[in-house]
Amino acid sequence: MTLSGEFFAFISLALVAVVGGVLLLNLTKVVHMVLALVFTFVSIAGIFILLSAEFLAAVQILIYSGAITIIMLFGIMLTRHDDTKEPKTGLLRKLLLFLGILGFAFAFYIGIYNLDFGEVSTTLHENNTEQIGIALYSKYIIPFELTSVLLLAALVGAIVLSKNDQEKEAKKE
Amino acid sequence: MSSVPLSAYLALGLILFCIGLYGALTKRNIIIVLISIELMLNAANINLVAFSKFGVMPSITGQIFALFVMAVAAAEVAVGVAILIALYRNRNTVNIDEVNTLKH
Repeated sequence: MTLSGEFFAFISLALVAVVGGVLLLNLTKVVHMVLALVFTFVSIAGIFILLSAEFLAAVQILIYSGAITIIMLFGIMLTRHDDTKEPKTGLLRKLLLFLGILGFAFAFYIGIYNLDFGEVSTTLHENNTEQIGIALYSKYIIPFELTSVLLLAALVGAIVLSKNDQEKEAKKE
Repeated sequence: MSSVPLSAYLALGLILFCIGLYGALTKRNIIIVLISIELMLNAANINLVAFSKFGVMPSITGQIFALFVMAVAAAEVAVGVAILIALYRNRNTVNIDEVNTLKH
């Protein structure tokens, strides 16, 4: 690891991402948690640029920091969110979970800490969007079309699940 | 050429995944659990994109897979929030430990 602009960019982006995640765990108000996570999403977009995936960075900003955050805020605003009373989950359970996740992280870190395949792609950043488009419409055309079916199903499902049931309301009154 | 090694990106993905896992298992609000799942999916995306640059056979495939993951995550969030709103209308709660109808 030599000191360079890329290194400093990675360190600062990673720091913002991790701080956003830690704030998500520690803040008390739900809206603040969602806003803390926007920091994480935006810095992950920066990480994608460092990994020469410019198109994915743009998609990350549009989908995650735009659409998903707004959907979450809608969900918060449509429900009761002033509930900040003490959680019932015991301290012992939290501690055990924390230890378990620490062990999980340590086991994975042993596997990855000096993983290096020695090959670095140097052509990914040239016409990144064009490369993605060509691969998506030639080699991965069937998953692409299946994704459109999945999105349609999710759209219909979300509308059916969340629409007001008029008959039931009329019966109740 | 690249001064940041592969293991640094994988470690960042691992840290974010662990934060998401802890949040998904300890928080009570369903919205926060959904957000934690999003964070875990994002950490997996970092790994996919990192392997598309530093992997055994570097190619664009990792980025395309990350794109599909994002599409599925967006669909999942839409359905999840719809279920949350339907649940709030019926049970008047957003806490995950009060949603135990199937238990009784």
